[in-house]
Amino acid sequence: MVPLENYLVLSAIIFSLGVYGVLARRNAVLVLMGVELMLNAVSLNFIAFSAYLDPDRIIGAVFAVFIITVAAAEVGLALAIVIRLYRNRSTSNVDEAASLKW
Amino acid sequence: MDGSGPVVAFWLLAAVTLVAAGGVLVSRNLLHAVLFLILAFIGVAGHFVLLSAEFLAMAQVIIYVGAISVLLLFAILLTPRAGRDNGETKAFPVGALLAVALAAVFLFVINDTNWKTVSESPALAPEALGEALLTSWVLPFEIASVLLTAALVGSIMLARTAEEEAEDALA
Repeated sequence: MVPLENYLVLSAIIFSLGVYGVLARRNAVLVLMGVELMLNAVSLNFIAFSAYLDPDRIIGAVFAVFIITVAAAEVGLALAIVIRLYRNRSTSNVDEAASLKW
Repeated sequence: MDGSGPVVAFWLLAAVTLVAAGGVLVSRNLLHAVLFLILAFIGVAGHFVLLSAEFLAMAQVIIYVGAISVLLLFAILLTPRAGRDNGETKAFPVGALLAVALAAVFLFVINDTNWKTVSESPALAPEALGEALLTSWVLPFEIASVLLTAALVGSIMLARTAEEEAEDALA
């Protein structure tokens, strides 16, 4: 059986790639993809923990189900905001939506 | 699970997932990025199968690969200029540095902890998951449904055009 550490390292790397996507990309849709990668890494982590550390296996799966639900709600709302931003400002780059900057 | 099959499958799926996740970050074309993201989602679903959580793998494929990727494609195709200008922000060295530092912290903690793994854990039964969701986790379950409804109404309100809003004001 694959040791637990392999799964943890894998999801840590996916999470860090997602962090880089969120912090470094200009396009709002790509930022959102970074968020999705981070959420996926976290649910992989939950499932790995529930398979290796929890004899009942339920709690990690429940958390993964809620992560998937919240991700669906979040992506729908964020894409509506992106479309609205594009319609009002003709851009979907996060660094051009800076009118609240002082 | 015995033998070398799961180990080989783990490394193959890990390679696919990591290459796809890297592809999301390096591709300049947004449509290519979404296709890489779908591949990464499928890789994570394969890991769920390896961890004998088949129900979650199916949910992952249906919701992430089916719904979320299509929503992302919608957003890309509805914002036409977005396909051209999608480089990095000026702060990207800081972002890369933070991501590397975060990965270093994670790897140190994973390496440093003494994980007390249980030797034999059963496969995840969908029946038990459904029962847990509707008994001990029923309040978060209901809150999630309210959240989904609110997100649905909110995105419809946000994505309406000015003409549609004017029509509603007249009616």
